[in-house]
Amino acid sequence: MTGRAVGTFAVLAVFAAAAVAQPPPRIVVGAKKFTENALLAELMAQVLETHAGAAVERRLNLAGTQVCFDALRRGDIDVYAEYTGTGLRTILGDERPPGPPAAVFAAVSDAFRDRWELVWLAPFGFDNTYVLMMTPARAAALGVTRLSDLAAPPLRYGMSHEFLERPDGMPGLRHAYALNEARTVGMEHDLTYQALADGAIDIADGYSTDAKILAFGLLPLTDDRRFFPPYEAAPLARADLFTRVPRAAAALRLLAGRLDAATMRRLNFAVEGDRRAPAEVATAFLRELGLSTREATAERRATTLAGTLWQRRGETLRLTGQHLLLTGAAVLAAVGIGLPLGIAVSRRPRLAALALAGAGVLQTIPSIALLAFMLPLFGIGVAPAIAALFLYGLLPILRNTVAGLRSVDAQLIEVGRGLGMSAGDLLRRVELPLAAPVILAGVRTAAVITVGTATLAAFIGAGGLGDPIVTGLSVSDVNLILSGALPAAALAVTVDLVLHGVERWATPRGLRDP
Amino acid sequence: MIAFEAVRKVFGDGHVALHALTLTVRAGSTLALLGPSGCGKTTTLKLINRLLTPTAGCVRLAGRDIADLDPIALRRGMGWVVQEAGLFPHLTARANVEVVPRLLGWTAGRRRARAEALLALVGLDATAYAERYPAQLSGGQRQRVGLARALAADPAVLLMDEPFGALDPPTRRRLQDEFRALQARLGKTVVLVTHDVEEAFLLADHVAVLHDGRLEQYGTPADLRAAPASPFVAEFLGGRAVARA
Repeated sequence: MTGRAVGTFAVLAVFAAAAVAQPPPRIVVGAKKFTENALLAELMAQVLETHAGAAVERRLNLAGTQVCFDALRRGDIDVYAEYTGTGLRTILGDERPPGPPAAVFAAVSDAFRDRWELVWLAPFGFDNTYVLMMTPARAAALGVTRLSDLAAPPLRYGMSHEFLERPDGMPGLRHAYALNEARTVGMEHDLTYQALADGAIDIADGYSTDAKILAFGLLPLTDDRRFFPPYEAAPLARADLFTRVPRAAAALRLLAGRLDAATMRRLNFAVEGDRRAPAEVATAFLRELGLSTREATAERRATTLAGTLWQRRGETLRLTGQHLLLTGAAVLAAVGIGLPLGIAVSRRPRLAALALAGAGVLQTIPSIALLAFMLPLFGIGVAPAIAALFLYGLLPILRNTVAGLRSVDAQLIEVGRGLGMSAGDLLRRVELPLAAPVILAGVRTAAVITVGTATLAAFIGAGGLGDPIVTGLSVSDVNLILSGALPAAALAVTVDLVLHGVERWATPRGLRDP
Repeated sequence: MIAFEAVRKVFGDGHVALHALTLTVRAGSTLALLGPSGCGKTTTLKLINRLLTPTAGCVRLAGRDIADLDPIALRRGMGWVVQEAGLFPHLTARANVEVVPRLLGWTAGRRRARAEALLALVGLDATAYAERYPAQLSGGQRQRVGLARALAADPAVLLMDEPFGALDPPTRRRLQDEFRALQARLGKTVVLVTHDVEEAFLLADHVAVLHDGRLEQYGTPADLRAAPASPFVAEFLGGRAVARA
């Protein structure tokens, strides 16, 4: 073949390949906002990329079981990691005494398939159940290794608030093991580890795969009467994922039984203690298993605030862009609706009172709850976040539009009418220009509120500067939290200053202070 | 030119502002509506440009019931001067004068020429004052701009509500004299509301004295001085007329 013929052949081959090749199937993987769930999501995402040829989108940091589960049912996500005990107790509401792990798995599998066409795949291989934990020294001194040993010595219990209340927590446990409590206090969970180490309490509740058990060298006690239901972690997926991407099932099954509790604790510790990124920890572990040929970087999260800010500079810039998009769209929508609505009701006192009361009620709904209310309507992601932020921005704009228009001197309005202005002329030439400073002050308030509230949008998968805040909370990394909080605060101040400038610029010159 | 025919005005709260007012303003003449506050004179003025609507009776302009006219067109054809000028604070002196021409859709060049001519007519140097905002003008200057604004579209009728009331006496006197000279040149039909007897006698061809919504007397200043129609008119004119003498 001549060189030209080879070239022609190569060009044709590329065209043919392009014609045959289809775009990779898209799969969305979700995760609840804690380290272990994010790690499991990364593991699933990476095997789906490597072994099912999928383009995977990650929706991590979702607010909790309810948000994840609803997103799955709606089809906003295709798969996430769930725990069988949570499926049984929280989602199905089954309070009966649980059977062995296999029976619980079978029960949730059948129920989820029949009710929602959702599929539980083979579990990852560990049971992340509740544990009670002590320091090894204290346990050895008292001769305690199992929960049934707790009937004898009077101990000081420091328990998380949720555990104190749940029927499958302290109330049931007391009954099952006849605990001898010298004193029991409710505590913030993250503080119980230090309290144990300091000897302020003897015993605390935790999760069996919690990295902090390792970090603090604590001893988990055996649940020898099988009081706690099994919480086996497994991929929970939509059935239609497997008809759409048949290779997905086999890919996810590669992870079945590959993570025991000790392994999961080790991976959690790599993120929380060793400050490595979940994606890198997942890649390194898949290499260990021979499931990935990717090279994992050993990069760790910086330990200082300055280091964290520098390390994340590119990411921060991207998240700031997302944040501005969310707030910009929400404020524009709030102006688009609030301004005409304010104009329409400003001369009708009763309607105005009604509209302001309505917007006021919206304002009193806690932001995280308002975001949650948007989920059934819009699913997860950017749309519900913009909708919720829009509702927050509405009140200041509506209120200031009404107040601004009402503050216009009645004599000037009469003069305008007397000169032959129509209602539209009056609005355009007299009322709006004179009310502009007050209306713009409302827009400014709305924008600043929205920039602040948008940090919560990360909980429903909308991204923005809330992302590092949520992740930082779950891995107890203050610098990571600040790497989201500081830019968000700076953004709020900047928006405030810029809009203050706009306000001054839009104030008619004749009304400005000399 | 302007005729009130048995016009009655009752406000929503039941207050009767005018009882069956019948009155004519001749084209090109100046009528002063004179009386103490609350007598119905401002109500009468606002009935002419339909800022208020008669409860009974009608107001005619050149023979036509103004209720049949488009209120916006009607108002654009009448100049309107109010107490303390009522200038729009967010507009410059020039833009205030250009309000009605702008509503009428005049071109920028025509508006500009008109505004400058009018500012000159009322004694304001356009280069010095046209771009000033009301807050940067004295009370007298504001009132001049207010007058220029009312004259902008060259209306046949000029309605003036206590136009010089808020000014200090020397400024008021000067503006009154200037207005009289201006009116002699322009020949508008003017209805002037005032509680100031001096002002009414100085500026008006005819004076209508109102009291509690009723017309007490109508006549030329000379008629009123010579023969007050009622003790009220005699007392009202007397107290103030002495001050002038």
